[in-house]
Amino acid sequence: MTNRTADLVVIGGGIHGCSAALQAAMRGLEVVVIEKDTVARHASGVNAGGVRRLGRAYAEVPISQRSMEIWHRIEELVDDDCGFQRAPQIKVAETDADLRDLKDRAAHLRAMGFEHEVVLDRDELRAHLPAVSEHCVGGLASLEDGFALPYQTTFAFQRKARSLGVRFAENCRAQQVERIGSDFRVTTERGVFTGRKLLNCGGAWAGEIARQLGEPVEVEPTAPMMLVTSRMPRFCSAVVGNQSRPLSFKQMQNGTVVIGGGRRGRALPDTNVSELIFSELRQTAETAMAIFPIMRQATIVRSWAGIEGRMPDGIPVISPSSTEEGAYHAFGFSSHGFQLGPGVGEIMGELVATGATNAPIAPFAITRFTPGP
Amino acid sequence: MNGYDVVIVGAGPAGMACASEACSAGLSTLVLDEQPRPGGQIFRDIEVSDRKRRALLGKDYGEGARIAGAFRASGAEYVPGAVVWNIDSAKRIDYSAGGRSHSVEAKSLVVATGAIERPTPMPGWTLPGVTTVGAVQILFKTSGIVFEDVVLVGSGPLLWLAATQLIAAGSPPKAIVETVPKARYREAARHFGKALPAWRYLAKGFAMMRAVKKAGVPVHRDATDIAIEGETVAAAVTFAAGGRRQRIETAHVALHQGVVPNQQITRLLNCQHRFDESQRAFLPVVDESFETSVPGVFVAGDGAGIGGAKSAEMRGRLVAMRIAEKAGRPAGEAAKLRAEIAKDAAVRPLLEALYAPSADILSPADTTMVCRCEEITAGQIREAVALGAPGPNQVKSFLRAGMGPCQGRMCGLAVSEIIAAAKGETPSTTDYYRIRPPLKPLLLSELAGLGAEEPREAAE
Repeated sequence: MTNRTADLVVIGGGIHGCSAALQAAMRGLEVVVIEKDTVARHASGVNAGGVRRLGRAYAEVPISQRSMEIWHRIEELVDDDCGFQRAPQIKVAETDADLRDLKDRAAHLRAMGFEHEVVLDRDELRAHLPAVSEHCVGGLASLEDGFALPYQTTFAFQRKARSLGVRFAENCRAQQVERIGSDFRVTTERGVFTGRKLLNCGGAWAGEIARQLGEPVEVEPTAPMMLVTSRMPRFCSAVVGNQSRPLSFKQMQNGTVVIGGGRRGRALPDTNVSELIFSELRQTAETAMAIFPIMRQATIVRSWAGIEGRMPDGIPVISPSSTEEGAYHAFGFSSHGFQLGPGVGEIMGELVATGATNAPIAPFAITRFTPGP
Repeated sequence: MNGYDVVIVGAGPAGMACASEACSAGLSTLVLDEQPRPGGQIFRDIEVSDRKRRALLGKDYGEGARIAGAFRASGAEYVPGAVVWNIDSAKRIDYSAGGRSHSVEAKSLVVATGAIERPTPMPGWTLPGVTTVGAVQILFKTSGIVFEDVVLVGSGPLLWLAATQLIAAGSPPKAIVETVPKARYREAARHFGKALPAWRYLAKGFAMMRAVKKAGVPVHRDATDIAIEGETVAAAVTFAAGGRRQRIETAHVALHQGVVPNQQITRLLNCQHRFDESQRAFLPVVDESFETSVPGVFVAGDGAGIGGAKSAEMRGRLVAMRIAEKAGRPAGEAAKLRAEIAKDAAVRPLLEALYAPSADILSPADTTMVCRCEEITAGQIREAVALGAPGPNQVKSFLRAGMGPCQGRMCGLAVSEIIAAAKGETPSTTDYYRIRPPLKPLLLSELAGLGAEEPREAAE
C-alpha cells in the first residue's frame, strides 16, 4: 500500500467505518480504512440484524429515522439488497404496567413529532403475532422497520466503497495515532498511514484511539449473546422484543429463529475471543418460550456473540474530537448500532467533508464524559 | 457442581485406556460418551457382539474387549448416552443426558473424540442410498445389517477392511471403485523401508487385498470423474477408468476418502491448530504428551492426528500418565510407551502418501453441493471468494455454509480446501470455521432448565 497522504483515514472496518468511508468517497475524498482484523469481523458481522427504530433512546430517534430512510433504498446505495426485509418491530407487554409504560412512550414521541411507534391492544397484538402467548396484553410497534443480514450488509458497504476507490488495509492494527503538523499519522503493524482527517470507528477498541487523542473515555467491551434454532414452520413475521425482559426475536425467511436481546457473554477484546455464558442465556430461552409457547419444541443449533463497545450511558459517541481539529469519533454503539450504520455514515461523511452537519448529534458529544471542573 | 481431576470425552480406545490409567494413578475420573456402551466407533458395541459377529469383524476388533474390560474394572465414573454440547475456558463441561443438561468441572480435560470421515463432495453424493464406508461398518457392528450389492468408492485402509468384512458376512460388495492414481504407488514405495517396523499393518493390508481378489469382487483402479446418478435415489456409479467411461448400476454406494481428526472441541476451546500436508487435515498443536496450547486440555487418540486404534490406546495411557505426573502422583514409565507409539506410527507416511484424498474431492465442480445442511455449491463458495470474502468464516457468514445442524463437520475441510485453491493459498493460511456451541443440537427447553436443582434420588 502506498504511503501517500489520504484525505481521510478511518480506523475500524465495521459497519460504521465502511459506511462513513463510502459516504466520504461519494463526496470525492480519498479514503483509507485500517482494520485490525478483517472487515465485519466483530459485532458488525455477527449481530442479530435488527433494523429497528422502535424503543430507541429519545436522543437517537432523529438519526435512527434518517438511517431508516436509507435502509428503505439500501440497494440503490450499495448495489446489494443486504438481505433487508421490511417487517414490523413489536415490543410485547406482558402486564398492564408494561403496557402503560409503552403508551407513555408513544405519547412522548408524538410530542417530539414522531408518529412511527404505535400502541397495539390485545387483539391488534394477535393480528400481528398469532403465536403470541395468551397472557400478553398488548404492545408497541414500529411497522415500517425490519431486519437485514449483518455480514452481507457490511461486506456490501465495503465493496461499494472499494469500487469508489476506498483502500482497505485489513489485518493491520492501528498502534499509534498522532498529529504531525496539520496531518494525522497512524502507525500500524504494517506501516504508517497519514491523512488530513481522522475518523475513529474502532468499536470496542475505540477507547485506546480516543485516549491517544487526549480525550480518554470508558468503552466497556461487551458480547451480546445470540442463538439460532433449526428451521421451524412459519409462525412469526415480525421482529419481537419485550418491555420488561431482554429479548430480540425473529424468524428468518428460511424458518430458523434468531434469539438475542442483550444477555451478555464474556468479551476478551485482547484475544478477539467472545465466550458464551449459558447460565445467562438460559433466561433468554425462558423468555422466548414464555412469549411464544411454540418455542418449547425448538432446537438450538448454534449460538454466538460478537464483541462491541458500550458507553457508560448506553448511547454512542458521534462527535468531532474536542482535542484535535479534523479528528472525529463514531463508536460505542452499545449493542444497537447496526440500524444506525447507514445514517451515521452519512452524517460522518458530511462532517468530515464540510466540517458541519445539521443532524442533532449534540447529545452524543465525547465531551459529555469529560470530568467537570 | 461436581468436579473431577480428569474428565474424558469419548469412550473409544483412547478414552477407555486413559480412564483406566488415570484411575490406577488415583485420579478422580469421569468419562462422558454419546454411545450407550463403550468402544467408540472402532470397537462399537464390542461388549454385546456375539462370537459370530466378532469373527466376521476380525481379530483386531476383538482387541477392544480387553480394553473395555479394563475400563469397566477401573472404577472410572462413566456416563453413557451423554452428549457434550459446550465446554468453556474454565473447563466447565455442559452435557445432555436422560433428557436434561448437567454441568461438571474438570481440572484436566481429555478430548478423545477421535476421527470423522473426510467430506467427499461429488455429483450425487447427497442422494438417498449413498452413505459412507464408516456408516456401513457401524450398521454392521451395532445391528448386523449388511448392504446388498454396495459399491465402495474412494480410497483408504477402511475401504479394504469394510470389503473383507462384507465378504466374510456373505454379502460381498458389488465392486470397489478406487481413486488412488497409479503414480501414487511409486511415491508411496519411497516410504516402504521405513514402514517395515510396522510390518503387521502391511501384512494385514496385503491380506485384505488378496481376500477381495479371491472373492472375485471387481476392483476398478485409478478411477476419476466419479458421479452418482439417480433422479430421486442412487441408481448407478459412473467413472472414468482404464481409458473409458464406466457405469455400475447399484442402489447402494458407500464413499470414503480416509478419516481426519474431529476438531470440534479443540476449535471451540480456541486451541491452536496446524494444517498437516501429509494427512491433508487440520491437527491441534500438541506437545510430546499430547497437551494442546490450552493448558490442561489434552487430545488422546486420532483427534491429535490419525494413528489408528493401537496408537490411540497407547496415547490415552500416555496422557493419563502426564496428568498424574503433573498432579504429583506416581506415574508409569512414559519413555518406553513413546517408543512403542513411534514404532506403531511407522506405517503412517506410507499410508498417507498412498491414500491421500483424490484431487476430484479436493476441488469439486462448481455445480457440486458442498454444504449439505444449507445446500451451498462449490461454485457459490468460489464466487464469494471472487467478491472478496477472505476466508471460511466470511464465506460462512455470507452464504450460510457450515451454519446448519452439523456445524460444518460435513463441509468444513472441503470449504477450507476450495477457498485455499481459489486464492492460491494453502489451507494452513486459509484456516477453518470458528466453532460455536452447542456442539450438537440442544432443545431450547433443556437450556431453559439448565442449572435447575437435580431431582433427588428417591431411595437415599
